[in-house]
Amino acid sequence: MKDRLELKDFYSGFRQAEVIKSYAKLIAKEAEKLNSQLNIMEVCGGHTHTIMRYGLKQLLPPNISFIHGPGCPVCVMPKERIDHAIALAQLSNIILVTLGDMIKVPGSQSSLQDVRANGADVRFVYSPLDSIKIAKENSDKTIIFFAIGFETTTPMTSALINQVIIQDIKNMLFHINHVTVPEPMKVLLDDKENKIDAFIAPAHVSVITGSKIYDEFPRDYQKPVVVSGFEPVDMMESLFMILKQINEKRCEVEVQYSRSVTKDGNRRAQRLNDKFFEKSDSFRWRGIGDIAQSSFRLKDAFRHLDAEVRYRDKLSTAKIDDHKLCICGDILKGKANPKDCRVFGTVCKPSRPLGSCMVSSEGACSAYYRYGDSP
Amino acid sequence: MKKTDKIKLAHGNGGEENSELIREIFYKAFDNEILNKSEDSAIIEEGKLAFSTDSFTVTPLFFAGGDIGKLSICGTCNDLAMMGAKPKYLTCSVILEEGFSIEELEVIVESMRKELLVNGAIIVSGDTKVVPKGSVDRIFINTTGIGEVVKKGISSNKIRTNDIIIVSRDIGSHGATIFASREGIDLGGDLESDCASLYPIVKKLLDENIAITALRDATRGGLSAVLNEWAKQSNICIEVEEKTIPVSDVVMGFCEILGFDATSLANEGTFVLALKKEEEARALEILKAFNNSATTIGRVTNRHPKKVILHSAWGTQRFLDMPSGELLPRIC
Repeated sequence: MKDRLELKDFYSGFRQAEVIKSYAKLIAKEAEKLNSQLNIMEVCGGHTHTIMRYGLKQLLPPNISFIHGPGCPVCVMPKERIDHAIALAQLSNIILVTLGDMIKVPGSQSSLQDVRANGADVRFVYSPLDSIKIAKENSDKTIIFFAIGFETTTPMTSALINQVIIQDIKNMLFHINHVTVPEPMKVLLDDKENKIDAFIAPAHVSVITGSKIYDEFPRDYQKPVVVSGFEPVDMMESLFMILKQINEKRCEVEVQYSRSVTKDGNRRAQRLNDKFFEKSDSFRWRGIGDIAQSSFRLKDAFRHLDAEVRYRDKLSTAKIDDHKLCICGDILKGKANPKDCRVFGTVCKPSRPLGSCMVSSEGACSAYYRYGDSP
Repeated sequence: MKKTDKIKLAHGNGGEENSELIREIFYKAFDNEILNKSEDSAIIEEGKLAFSTDSFTVTPLFFAGGDIGKLSICGTCNDLAMMGAKPKYLTCSVILEEGFSIEELEVIVESMRKELLVNGAIIVSGDTKVVPKGSVDRIFINTTGIGEVVKKGISSNKIRTNDIIIVSRDIGSHGATIFASREGIDLGGDLESDCASLYPIVKKLLDENIAITALRDATRGGLSAVLNEWAKQSNICIEVEEKTIPVSDVVMGFCEILGFDATSLANEGTFVLALKKEEEARALEILKAFNNSATTIGRVTNRHPKKVILHSAWGTQRFLDMPSGELLPRIC
């Protein structure tokens, strides 16, 4: 064991050609025992990108298919939420701060990069805590942090709110768009036409929540879940674990990403989230529709920090649907593949997207566009 | 591109949007045979002279491995060197923001002076403008250069199937250094821009009579932009072995944390070479004397003309596309 971790320790052991090829052989052997096609949903867009970037489909036998899931935070935001960000950014004396993935996402009329080009002050941060510096340097302006992401990023927003209160920062508000992973998975399974046989779940979410959030899937839906890391070796091992479960007639939650995921997760982060957030009654997911208890909102004691409350009169809540040619909704539900879309790569491209799946670093269309089909 | 569109930061990315802007606005207006060749510098006067210009704006002005002054000389001189030309005469045009520090200006100009010596070039004409606070971001520098073509015929339009592709050193360190410093990401002391003049290396290759097909420094858009441009310009397919692409541990770690590809990060002292297979060993020997990470990364085929194919170490393959959009870190 080394005294000090180096950057390369986080990835170098998880891309070894020999290990990947060995798993490909093990998977092929297990796949021979299957009686029918096995459809595995990788819930998270990060996994979709791993599959495409590393060409993992090319290593799998034809009776194993991936169904790309809805785990892309900006992709599942309905246009009216994106429009909120754009509307807030255009108000005078406002600096809108958000994570990089939001910049190109198309709202109903424009995107944050469009309004920035027209003079709006839009900034992206890698760490939400950097917003504190922006707030201190611009005391005459209101900073709105447009918070987005699944359970992985919610604690970063909580940490920011905590600091805003501790440091008594008066000029920062929040627009909260934090959503949860298990709820949409249940909605997809409740659809009688779904073809999902098993799930690969995102490890980074479970680092925070623990693997326990998936307990109900084997129990109530008879679907195996493997919580997987994002490196190619991680995903190949996870696939092998799913096949073993099926062939051994087991059905359980297993953790492949044992290097950071426990059953209960990061309790300190959970406590911080609980301090500021509670579940909303319902959230409208792009392409999927209203899902109960699937998002967070600020607790009443912190509503004075909520930009949605403060600017209620400026933010429309009318539902805005996608462009009629855009099939992101079906892609997010796992019912269509990016290649099924008539406008993929033609009318809809990363430089001029119709839907956010084409521009998000976790969007399925973006993965297909960037990494394409195998030559 | 519609008339109602506005310029976005993505239009300056050296990738897809940037090409579209140049093609649809500038090439359309200035259309001529020399410009249309899209080389690193224009070849004029019956092949005797190379001519190129570049403007420099960078935040921070001073970074590990260089500053805007060094960059402004390397950038233009490297564009000349990439056409087999010896940089000779440069002009220097500086736009300064009211309130800019004289002390910093002196440091920048001193860096320029030193870098001119490396190239054996001189500044022969210049201009300064001072604009009110807020009109520019501290200092913008333009340099324009003329070089004497030492070796004729180097061109990105003539790469053929018996050529191989070499990269002169590990990639992505300039882009990573600038981004990390802008965002205040501290990855330890190892990260340093590759900013350097390339003429001394090119001179050595030419002195040793290496038959070079094409050279290009992998600036904005990085290695993937160069390979894609070459594939299109020469109507060829470039097939690259991913594991052979040299990336330092610190740049790779940086990419992993933020979700970037080292192949689309900018370089300021790294170039790509296309040359005949027979020249490979001799060329690598020379390049390795300058930087030991120089290596062959791929070959030219006719499998998918105008495309770049990336082969993984485990036998899968995919297309490597032109980078698109701004450099934006992923959410999680």
